[in-house]
Amino acid sequence: MRRYFGRKLLLYGLTFFVAVTINWMIPRFMPGDPVSTMLARRTVNDPAAYEQMRVYYSDLFGLDKPIWEQYLNFWGSLLQGDFGISVWAFPTPVGSVILSALPYTLALVIPAVLLSWVVGNWFGAFAARRKLLDSAVLPVGYLLTAMPYMWLAALLAWVLGVVTGWFPFAGGYSFSRTPELTWPFIQDLIMHWVLPFLSLFLVALGGWAIGMRNMIIYELDSDYSNYLGALGAPNRLIRRYAFRNAMLPQITGLALQLGVIVAGAVVTEIVFAYPGLGLTILRAIQNLDFFLLQGVFLFIVVGVLIANFVIDVVYLLVDPRTRIGVA
Amino acid sequence: MTLKVDDLRVYYRTLRGEVKALDGVSFTLADGEIMGLAGESGCGKSTLGKSLIRLDQRMKHVGGSVELDGQVLPIADDRRMNAHRFFEVSLIPQYSMSALNPTRKIGRMIEELLRSRGAPFDRKELERRLHLVGLSTDVLDRYPIELSGGMKQRTVMVISTLLDPSLLIADEVTSALDVSSQRAVAQTLLEFRDRHLVKSMIVVTHDLSLVYQIADTIMVMYAGKLAEKAPAKTIVNAPRHPYTQALINSLPEVGVRYSERRLQGIPGSPPSLLNPPKGCRFRDRCPLAFDKCETEPPFTEIAQGHSVACWKAI
Repeated sequence: MRRYFGRKLLLYGLTFFVAVTINWMIPRFMPGDPVSTMLARRTVNDPAAYEQMRVYYSDLFGLDKPIWEQYLNFWGSLLQGDFGISVWAFPTPVGSVILSALPYTLALVIPAVLLSWVVGNWFGAFAARRKLLDSAVLPVGYLLTAMPYMWLAALLAWVLGVVTGWFPFAGGYSFSRTPELTWPFIQDLIMHWVLPFLSLFLVALGGWAIGMRNMIIYELDSDYSNYLGALGAPNRLIRRYAFRNAMLPQITGLALQLGVIVAGAVVTEIVFAYPGLGLTILRAIQNLDFFLLQGVFLFIVVGVLIANFVIDVVYLLVDPRTRIGVA
Repeated sequence: MTLKVDDLRVYYRTLRGEVKALDGVSFTLADGEIMGLAGESGCGKSTLGKSLIRLDQRMKHVGGSVELDGQVLPIADDRRMNAHRFFEVSLIPQYSMSALNPTRKIGRMIEELLRSRGAPFDRKELERRLHLVGLSTDVLDRYPIELSGGMKQRTVMVISTLLDPSLLIADEVTSALDVSSQRAVAQTLLEFRDRHLVKSMIVVTHDLSLVYQIADTIMVMYAGKLAEKAPAKTIVNAPRHPYTQALINSLPEVGVRYSERRLQGIPGSPPSLLNPPKGCRFRDRCPLAFDKCETEPPFTEIAQGHSVACWKAI
């Protein structure tokens, strides 16, 4: 068991190192210069002053050093928990920009991923081999899962936001309010959360339902199901066993989905102007904000790694076959 | 008399029409009888085995009846048949290696299965039976993947016979095993009968030499019909149906050197059961075929306990 986790942790460590390095590299290979972008916004006309400011900011961000030194400095400050200063939201540190956006994304993604997974699996399992329901669930599921996130988001915003006016469709809360811990504000938050959540939830739901339905049909056809059937075991028991076994690939699927759902969250947040990490990524790219981009990606990498680790542990609990490999 | 099958017809539904896999089969099985059911692939022996316990979705009961211990088995009615499964008719499947739920400990699975059938879970008795087949009781606390193929096979044998069924169908139980395990399984089946855990047994196999060691009688099928049924000794030593003769001749014998004498196969192949020919179905491959074979030979008893469907034998 200890060797297994040791190996796993080593693998995760290596993945972390490579991912962080790539995160560091990507913005630096993007065309453009963040300092001149920043200065362009200041509209400095005096060339001497411009040069002075350029030198000052380059030094401040550490961009005047050779590239390898920048890389080492990056790791050095990262290990001290220092992500640098945001160019876009200068002079706010990247850490606090991310921390203010993170709750929105987490509140959006975690319920959307987990709920769509639970409901989708349950629904798919229930529909499998039940003729009428199945012929309804299958096409609806395919329709949902084939929808691009932003398209469904735009559709929801239009129908439930513009046409019916039930839900607000822009921002994390009303512009007229200031964040505070009062009931009306929380209510406002929730109302703004519904549409982005729904668009993520619905797209993922279809995929899970179809996957589970197919798995259950496969499992109900398997030898152990047939054997139980031949011994007259009630459908309830056979379906319960099939469900348990069909869950295993779905758990793996969940782990794989976690990385993708972040991408889904990016476009969804952009459509709804929802102030989470997705919108932050967009802002960071638009402003060539290396540090912010690095920081956000780092959070995503860490998030996906943690999620995968949790799934590894869950897998150990639910599938005895993996436990044997471990012992 | 344990089992009485009368003119049983079970067809497979396919896109091209009905495949007549079991086309009018009648026989009886006495109390305590172990019957080997032999024939080549596609002759309907597995279909017969399945028909007696659980039709799969493609199978259709077209006619005929099955009686077990004087009770008619509702084989076409999946739901009503449930009452008889496991309690009266049980099955050791072809796929014993994968017959156990991989994510349940074996003991817990057995307990859940019994509870779901409303049968009492008697751990003592279960342990006794595991010892009978040479398994330790540790097996109950293990997952199927922790057992070897032979252990899984024996576990399934114990589970299937736990409720002392009247009729046990063993479907190709030895096919996936090595020779020594085959022998052990065969001996176990014999012991189940001798200890009255199972009243009578149908052992579906293509391995005549193995079933000969344990079977009281052997029934040979060909192309969805019965060819011959007789005591095991008679089938092997004095078969009357030309197909049985050919089948026996195609078996290797101990001590014979086959560089000197070529092993005989049966030339030709069985007819399509989608649209089988009239008359005797073995006609085209039969060395003895004559005009009368255009009409179907009845399955007739020619001696005590020896029935044949061949005009030459009657």
